[in-house]
Amino acid sequence: MAKSTITPRSDLILFLGFTAVVLLMPLWLQPLGAAYPDLMQKFAIFGLFAIGFNILFGQTGYLSFGHAAFIGVGSYATVWVFKLMTMNVIPAMIFGVLVSGVFALVIGFVCLRRTGIYFSILTLALAQMSYNLAYSVLTPITNGETGLQLTTKDPRFLDAVMETGSGIPPTNVFGIEMSAWDGLFGFYFCAAFLILGFYISIRITRSSFGSMLRGIKTNQTRMMYTGLNTKPYKLAAFVISGMYAGLAGSLMAAVDPLAGAERMQWTASGEVVLMTILGGIGTLVGPVIGAAVIKYAENIFSAIDKSVLIDLFSFMPDAIGSGLAAVTSLFVGKGWHLTLGILFMLVVIYLPGGIMEGIERIKRRFFAKDHANNDA
Amino acid sequence: MSNILEISAVNLSFGGLKALDDVNLTVKEGTVHAIIGPNGAGKSTLLNSIIGKLTIDSGSIQFNGKSMLGVQPHEINQLGISRVFQTPEIYSDLTLLENMMIPLLAHRDGAFKLNLWSRGDQQRDILDKAQHFLDDMNLWIKRDVIAGSLSRGDKRRLELAMCLSQEPKLLLLDEPTAGMARADTNNTIDLLKTIAGRGITMAIIEHDMHVVFSLAERISVLAQGHVIVEGLPEEIKGDPRVKEAYLGGAEV
Amino acid sequence: MDAIFLQILNGLDKGGAYALIALGLTLIFGTLGVVNFAHGALFMLGAFCAVTVNKVITLSAKVRDESVTFFEAYKDVPYLEMWLGDTGSLIIDWSIPISLVVAIPVMLGVGLAMERGLIRHFYKRPHADQILVTFGLAIVLQEIVKAFYGANPIPQTAPDFFSGTVNLGGLIGMDLTYPTWRLVYFIFSMGIIASVFSFLQFTTFGMVVRAGMADRETVQLLGINITKRFSVVFGLAAVVSGLAGLMYTPILPPDYHMGMDFLVLSFVVVVVGGMGSLPGAVAAGFLLGILQSLASMTEVKSIFPGIDQIIIYLIAMIVLLVRPRGLMGRKGVMED
Repeated sequence: MAKSTITPRSDLILFLGFTAVVLLMPLWLQPLGAAYPDLMQKFAIFGLFAIGFNILFGQTGYLSFGHAAFIGVGSYATVWVFKLMTMNVIPAMIFGVLVSGVFALVIGFVCLRRTGIYFSILTLALAQMSYNLAYSVLTPITNGETGLQLTTKDPRFLDAVMETGSGIPPTNVFGIEMSAWDGLFGFYFCAAFLILGFYISIRITRSSFGSMLRGIKTNQTRMMYTGLNTKPYKLAAFVISGMYAGLAGSLMAAVDPLAGAERMQWTASGEVVLMTILGGIGTLVGPVIGAAVIKYAENIFSAIDKSVLIDLFSFMPDAIGSGLAAVTSLFVGKGWHLTLGILFMLVVIYLPGGIMEGIERIKRRFFAKDHANNDA
Repeated sequence: MSNILEISAVNLSFGGLKALDDVNLTVKEGTVHAIIGPNGAGKSTLLNSIIGKLTIDSGSIQFNGKSMLGVQPHEINQLGISRVFQTPEIYSDLTLLENMMIPLLAHRDGAFKLNLWSRGDQQRDILDKAQHFLDDMNLWIKRDVIAGSLSRGDKRRLELAMCLSQEPKLLLLDEPTAGMARADTNNTIDLLKTIAGRGITMAIIEHDMHVVFSLAERISVLAQGHVIVEGLPEEIKGDPRVKEAYLGGAEV
Repeated sequence: MDAIFLQILNGLDKGGAYALIALGLTLIFGTLGVVNFAHGALFMLGAFCAVTVNKVITLSAKVRDESVTFFEAYKDVPYLEMWLGDTGSLIIDWSIPISLVVAIPVMLGVGLAMERGLIRHFYKRPHADQILVTFGLAIVLQEIVKAFYGANPIPQTAPDFFSGTVNLGGLIGMDLTYPTWRLVYFIFSMGIIASVFSFLQFTTFGMVVRAGMADRETVQLLGINITKRFSVVFGLAAVVSGLAGLMYTPILPPDYHMGMDFLVLSFVVVVVGGMGSLPGAVAAGFLLGILQSLASMTEVKSIFPGIDQIIIYLIAMIVLLVRPRGLMGRKGVMED
């Protein structure tokens, strides 16, 4: 019988490997043309979002279609602390995460009364409601369509004491500006949270709480007849996952201090579902890989426009070249979402376990070959 | 011997149909009590009433002197009732070890404990117990196997191991051998006999007579929502009313 | 009082659209057991059938504009008008009703292709997978439409005959002027609903479908090929949803994401009505349409600001918490 491969030691190796890969991103992303801070920050932020989403969907089996709402709430709360208190991001982010946690508690309490598709629809509906509210009645808090921005008139009570000069001061961590080190500080700040978030997710996954979540995903009937009250477990998972999303939203605001309602739209919720699926539902690193792949592809594909394509196909006869350029242009630039949709369908149809399952399959094929060789 | 489960004068009807008609039944501690009857006699309805899934119209169901009215499913277990389902209800996506850990943790920590940090598989007490109960069913060797890939008989044994780890006062079994091959059925019977030998009270709902007469110390026969006979196996065997209840339909 | 009546009337056309989409959704869910997140895209495709037909019949040539004498001006004159004169103009004016004829086979084809090509392979997969794959399909469909028609709404006009307003209040002594096309839409949606119900009620095919909705396994045991019929049901639902979108174009200029906007609300409608209940879907569709319309009255909004934005979701939450099965939900459908 196979010995269990998951031990604290293997988890430690996984964690150290993950940390190294993340910290060295500015190096190994260089040849891929993705080593600039803006994009790497996105990898980290959406990686966190996906890790949190995976705790709910991957571990507990509850498919939320409204998770972007927590990103929005986290962003708004964070920007408000910037406006009222200080441009130091730490208190702002703590506040952002707490507010989104409370928001998740309320939303979760309502939505978790149902399961399956009802749950998905309820989360979708509540997120759309929050989105609509952000655009309408809550304009005093959200600044409606313009989005919440910093102004020179903001009080910033804590900063006001020592403030010198005019203009909006940049966001900072105890004086170190986000844009320091050629922008790399911002990235390492986000990366630190990604690594921390990853560590917490390993611990949660391996904890007895994590076992309970997987039990809920697999067989709720047996859970109940085992004497477990599943509701608080599900709610805790929902809140944790909402706080991860809130943290991601806070980080977005920390590196770029504004917040808009479009972050809460269902398309954003759909995107995190896609990241998780693409990477591998229920796996530890899968969601992070999925987030990075999608953000990377988005960056590449959406930058390509027609003129680039015509250049690309210029070695061919004109008619064929421009024809190919026309067809390809459907999938790139503004048409990037089409590629995304197709990718999404292909993954769900052919590779439900995502990239991680793909890697497993390849591994197995190689190992199978090894065995065959040994036998021969 | 004291009465562990007392069902008295229970009535339940769905619309106009009387599913349970003045049912009286007592399970004594330490016995194996079988509830048999033809299809549609109300066996499952009775079982669901015992565990509070259905609300009875009148009468009372008491477990260890406590009314079972309005108890939540997760409270059933904490009172000391474990349930074995017709189709084994296990965590089919998880390994056997993790399957065992969940009920053991539940037994130790109660209905809810936010244990975010401690690794379940590193806790000595839990692991020792998991080994004990899996060994009991000869399943320890398969502890890293995903439960969904087990044979039907092994799934049943895993489910029993999970139930026994709760140290139940009463084991409710709903057709524990349904859909099993003869060999698996016989193995299960032997297994249940061993468990009964340890003095665990069992209430079995079953229509396979082979199983019933191999195991039961007392039998209640249910027909059309009513207990028509209750007695020792040999009394039931010869009882004309039982024959009629079973064959009554066939003679038409 | 008049204002309230008017708002109720205003809710009817939107309610009709919700009801038609929700009807298709619940029909597909009840028979095939599939949660179709691409159903809104079908609504949107129907709307773009109207846009396409309109584009085709208004294909124009540049002609010298004689009315401008100062400089050489050109105007677009549709070929149809050049060839057929007034008849051509009439055809163009009636482009929406004409596109109905085109849309029915197109939507049926789309529906059948979708069921055969994709949905069928997901019958046995978990609901989450169904949601995900149809969600992906919805993105693909709307992005394709966006690639061809751009991101901006494309206004469509109703035939001249139905433009303007009618006064419905004359009979009861009230002043209720109401846009004619909205009235047409309401009557149209009632007609479609009536046909779907009578189709299910009075034909053998419908009987089998209803039986399949109630208990799929038993019907299959009877040796009836349910699968074949179910793909027809999917086609039917696609047609219903498509026509609903097509007829809605004069009320709301179609854009590529209208489908998703309506889908979210239609899901809420289905949930409120009760998953798997056809009358529930229709009743909840109209109910929510009317409530939404009432909530957007200034009098109501001054008391509860923003209520028009959230009324539907609020109702859904209350219904789900109080009556988890929805208003007319059946026992045993998606209970867990």
